[in-house]
Amino acid sequence: MYNSFVFFLLVIHTNLLFAQHQIIDVCKNACDFKSVQEAVNHAQPGDSIFIKKGVYKEHDIFIDKKSLHLYGEEGTIIDTDNKGYGFKIEATNFSLENLTVVNTKVSYTTDYAAIYLFKCYDFKLRKITLKNAFFGFLIEKSKNGLVEGNTISGSGSTEANSGNAIHLWDSKDMVVKNNQVFKMRDGIYIEFGNNNVFENNRSYDNRRYGLHFMFSNDNRYSHNTFTNNSAGVAVMFSKRIIMNNNIFEKNWGTASYGLLLKEINDGEITHNTFRNNTIGITADGSTRMTYYENDFIDNGYAVKFVGGSYRNKFHKNNFLYNNFDLSYSGGLNDNSFDNNYWSDYTGYDLDRDGYGDVPYRPVKLFSYLVNETPESIILLRSLFIDIINFSEKVTPVFTPENLIDQQPLMRKVEW
Amino acid sequence: MLKILKYSFFDLVRSRWSYVYFLFYLLLSSVLLFLNNNISNAIITLLNVVIVLVPLIGTIFGVMYYYNSQEFTALLLAQPIRRRSIFMGQFLGVAVSLSLSVLLGLGIPFALYGLFQSNVIFDFLILIVVAIVLSFIFSGLAFNIALSNSNKIKGFGYAILLWLFMAVIYDGAFLIALVYFQDYPLDQFTLFATLFNPIDLSRILILLKLDISALLGYTGAIFKDFFGTLTGSLVSLGVLLAWVLLPSWRMLKVAQRKDF
Repeated sequence: MYNSFVFFLLVIHTNLLFAQHQIIDVCKNACDFKSVQEAVNHAQPGDSIFIKKGVYKEHDIFIDKKSLHLYGEEGTIIDTDNKGYGFKIEATNFSLENLTVVNTKVSYTTDYAAIYLFKCYDFKLRKITLKNAFFGFLIEKSKNGLVEGNTISGSGSTEANSGNAIHLWDSKDMVVKNNQVFKMRDGIYIEFGNNNVFENNRSYDNRRYGLHFMFSNDNRYSHNTFTNNSAGVAVMFSKRIIMNNNIFEKNWGTASYGLLLKEINDGEITHNTFRNNTIGITADGSTRMTYYENDFIDNGYAVKFVGGSYRNKFHKNNFLYNNFDLSYSGGLNDNSFDNNYWSDYTGYDLDRDGYGDVPYRPVKLFSYLVNETPESIILLRSLFIDIINFSEKVTPVFTPENLIDQQPLMRKVEW
Repeated sequence: MLKILKYSFFDLVRSRWSYVYFLFYLLLSSVLLFLNNNISNAIITLLNVVIVLVPLIGTIFGVMYYYNSQEFTALLLAQPIRRRSIFMGQFLGVAVSLSLSVLLGLGIPFALYGLFQSNVIFDFLILIVVAIVLSFIFSGLAFNIALSNSNKIKGFGYAILLWLFMAVIYDGAFLIALVYFQDYPLDQFTLFATLFNPIDLSRILILLKLDISALLGYTGAIFKDFFGTLTGSLVSLGVLLAWVLLPSWRMLKVAQRKDF
């Protein structure tokens, strides 16, 4: 008796489950629904909505507290026609996949986004293409999301009339990976967000930063490429950020840099490549950072310390063919630059232990002078500058006395 | 004048030094181009060499040629030829042959490299124009020095001093002034100070065309604002021309009055 009762319950339960797992089709004709919003309104929690290919002129599609799985196919385009948001979602356990959303409204007062999430948990945004986006994904007060394989591009011409591709505000435990973002303001922006991971993203041609952290602790970004942004990555007012295996390149212009560290501490910067940036890293008030096995190649300045930075440790980095390896202002403040490889190093290694016998001074006299009197940069590449740099190298007078690599490496670090 | 120019020119072109000078540039630019894939970097290195070496060779060569051809000059002076033609011809002969060495030495490898298809052609053209103008300026200055000093040792001394002043000492004084007056706005001052030294002016003109100009920061922005405009280009061109014309004018004036 008891057994058959359990069986009966089970049958009912599975029936209910199957009933919940309906797939609703949306298409222009001969489907259940013609518009995405109608389908969403009629769907039960747990349903999937398949949006067949075609152009849907819809905006402000609102998903209110329903776990839905929306997916499209190639050619499924939702055209918001410069009116408001694309999707507005407040839900748990939902997903959006294989959709294209185009033409988000540009506004100077409201942050219109192609996809706007508010208080969403356990969601997935996958393989979504956004074109002509103002803001791309605007994600607020959310948790445990996966943002993967999306392509986001904008058309804004200035910082003011463009938005951020992936904007996380007060969101935790998100994974953002394999995305491509370009021609936006910031590629990826995080404010008040902890424990997020950013991997394998490509952020390029953005008006401002490729990736931008504000007041966000304990995040990690790895294996990303930041190319030709106004500035590669800005990490501001954040703690314990791990940055590894990223490539920062071609962030070139009078006010550009690969990586800006502003008021941050206890971070790790390992295995990154900084190539062809005006300034590789600008460190402004950054403390207890570890720089290990990075490559600085062909930059204007490899590293620029602006001030207020304490106890940073540069260890086993390669400084190759930069115009200036280091620009430094202020006292030494327990920063150390030992055991790096400097392509400008001309010392020798008699005992063949791999470390040069003569210490290396990474700050050239000219870079010191430019720090003191910025106008003197106009003498760049003058013969006189070469002469004084050389004489300073032989008998240091002006450059900070202790700023020295006691044991420069004789060979490039292979990592 | 043309006859004398032609004579001086072919005399110089046949000489060993012209070939050495030409081969040096040929070798330098081919090595830089073919061993280094980055044309922009090659131009920067060439710039470094050009702004130091062209003035140096120009002054030394000019002084040397003048002193060596003193007897021939005396012979010419005995003929019914205007002094103006004699000296102008000799000066142009030196300047043109030096320019030709630079032009061919830098130009041939770049042409072989296929520069005409790439868009760095303008950066490169500026480099060549600058090198030619510098050759004219410094051989003109050298003739002035040689005319005013019949003592060869003195003449060579002044010539080297002139080069040292333009290439090194001027920048040193410039830098000291910048550091000393760093509390004052210095943008206009730097602009003026560079205008008055042809070597500095040439260096800046080329640097501004290259990627490296981003390093110049806001000082560079001021320079770009100035040299980017029509007035700026005209002014810089005018200054360079003045550096050619004023010395040659003085040379002719001194030559007219000089008792040989």
